[in-house]
Amino acid sequence: MHPENHPTRPEPRGVGSEELSVGASVWLPLDRLQGVIDALRADGMRVVGPQVAEGAVVYRDLERTSDLPLGWIDEQDGGRYRLTQQAEAGVFDHVVGPHSLKNFLFPSRDTIGRFLREDGTWKQLEDLPPEPPLAVLGVRACDLAGLAIQDRVFLGGEAVDPHYRRRRESLFLVAVNCRRAAATCFCHSTGCGPAVTGGFDLALTEFSGRFLCDIGSLRGAEMLAKAAAGSPLDRCTADEVQRARQQSAALEQAMHARREVPGEPRPRSMEMEGLRDLLFNNLEHARWDDVASRCLSCTNCTLVCPTCFCASVTEVADLSGDHVERERHWASCFTLDHARMHGESVRSSTASRYRQWLTHKLAGWIDQFGTSGCTGCGRCITWCPVGIDLTEEVAAIRDAPPPQEATP
Amino acid sequence: MMRAVPREGAEQTLPGGAFPSGVATAPAGDPWRAHAVRIEGIVEEVPGVRSYDLRFLDDAVARDYRFVPGQFNMLHLPGIGEAAISISSDPAEPAQLAHTVRAVGNVTDALARMRVGETLMLRGPFGRPWPIAERTGRDLVLVAGGLGLASQRAAIRQLARHRERYSSVTVLHGAKEPASLLYTSEYEAWKASGLVVRGSVDGLADQGGTVDADAIPAWSGRVGLVTDLLSEVTTLSERTTLLCCGPDPMMTAVADVAMRRGVAADEIFLSLERNMACAVRHCGLCQFGPVFVCQDGPVFSYAAIAPFLRVPHL
Repeated sequence: MHPENHPTRPEPRGVGSEELSVGASVWLPLDRLQGVIDALRADGMRVVGPQVAEGAVVYRDLERTSDLPLGWIDEQDGGRYRLTQQAEAGVFDHVVGPHSLKNFLFPSRDTIGRFLREDGTWKQLEDLPPEPPLAVLGVRACDLAGLAIQDRVFLGGEAVDPHYRRRRESLFLVAVNCRRAAATCFCHSTGCGPAVTGGFDLALTEFSGRFLCDIGSLRGAEMLAKAAAGSPLDRCTADEVQRARQQSAALEQAMHARREVPGEPRPRSMEMEGLRDLLFNNLEHARWDDVASRCLSCTNCTLVCPTCFCASVTEVADLSGDHVERERHWASCFTLDHARMHGESVRSSTASRYRQWLTHKLAGWIDQFGTSGCTGCGRCITWCPVGIDLTEEVAAIRDAPPPQEATP
Repeated sequence: MMRAVPREGAEQTLPGGAFPSGVATAPAGDPWRAHAVRIEGIVEEVPGVRSYDLRFLDDAVARDYRFVPGQFNMLHLPGIGEAAISISSDPAEPAQLAHTVRAVGNVTDALARMRVGETLMLRGPFGRPWPIAERTGRDLVLVAGGLGLASQRAAIRQLARHRERYSSVTVLHGAKEPASLLYTSEYEAWKASGLVVRGSVDGLADQGGTVDADAIPAWSGRVGLVTDLLSEVTTLSERTTLLCCGPDPMMTAVADVAMRRGVAADEIFLSLERNMACAVRHCGLCQFGPVFVCQDGPVFSYAAIAPFLRVPHL
């Protein structure tokens, strides 16, 4: 039976739908979170959420809360990601896996146009296959920041990407406040986390088997009302809300206070101040050759980055050649093809390609979109097969400026 | 002290008043939307380089299409690929588009095999144009290396039509050999409109060889680098606006000569070329330092990009 089939009448105890308003917080036990998933699915949405698969926590289609990674912890370090089970771990005590919202809003392969040749004349077909609207459960503060950055790229300029826009406009977000940070996390440096502060429909803070649920939008309230139909949810007291905020604040403070412990992964942080000028003033720093001696140009960092947006387009034709689809797929500045012109790549060395990636992410992005391209999620560190760590590369350039005459 | 690269790069790239205001750098609506065009004529300009006259099949599209000199279109051959090509025709006849293309890759090779009457798709126009509309009263010097002249022909047509608005207009065209000078049949008409037109050939100088006049038969004109030709231009001063398009090293050399003669760095404009897939700042392929060549350019003030132009493999 779908929750929407129940009347949404306010009940004497707890809160009814009229009180499920934007800004309110209610208690959501795990079984009632199932009600939210059911309500979203009943509304025609595709729901995805974090699940353990292939040795990692990845986003997959989600029907049951029992598929969520209850009790799993991810240990992350340069070039290292391991899942372990921990008795006291909750549903969302993993942090971020290789997937982000990018995989859904700006998928790695995306048909952006269809063309037909009739009587020797080409025309572009208007229709693209419809997609169900998407709801994503378990989105962290750093990934909401990544989404805001991709919004600026695809929606904020003179041209708007219609394929990103149609998915973005119908996107439903159930965010989660992190209770722990991996060693690779440095959202406290970038200012992107760990607290979720906005841009969600619903936001969850986990407390031993139940969630404090903040309502961030009318749609969020509507879905929660459907989930609450017939059996109202308990409203959180001011103290309880305060406790939830405190939990995020404490984690942020703890991240700032982290110190390196021998034998344990180094906790990451990055000095963001003056980063743009630092990098653009050091385009010929010796460190680019140093990192290039380790970098495999494998593109992993750009694939897992929640904000990397480079893409190229390939033509997919049928055997007749009369039906053609244009397929946009992720490109990476670590490949020779990225800057290829007239058969040759402008960036022929790994040093020049790593420099392109890092200077774009941390410097050029500020010029282009008014924000850094880095959220501090640490994915590029974890998923680098040789453990190259951008926070270390930046620190090395900061610590050892080149001779003055080398400045462009 | 290290010299800081200017912050707020977007403003630096687009200094106040340098570019025509109100010029859209991309068509409205879906940037991936393409329109069918038919090849009306093909002119073999020089070996391997052809000009294509294109007409929109849809009258409404033809009626609304406008461009400004220096902008480019994305030419799309479905099933083959897409390429960014400067518009080389007269902006006063916006629906009679011409593109001059060298066959150097997948798409341009396929285009070279197409015949009059065949159709392809076109998106555009894109990019920031040559800032000539607001440079009235000044001495304009256009410097083109090789196929770079294709990105300037639309401007030349417009300047020829409105020559009286400018103090002087000089066109310098450098090429490898006489046979690779572009649009030679039009030089007399340009001169008749009051433009100074000079060409020079440099043999194999761009391949590291020295300029050797004897190696270039049947050429009574100037032999040497286009920078030598530029040095002889008498209208090169602080009153000059210089527009340059060619290989990156040639453009930095031209900028050096111009600045030594008093031309301001922010009155030198260069048209860059980079790989691109979208033309609207979304695909990231055309990045050059902090700018996107597609929409922040392709025309940039030298002042905005000079620090980056001299960094190898950027």
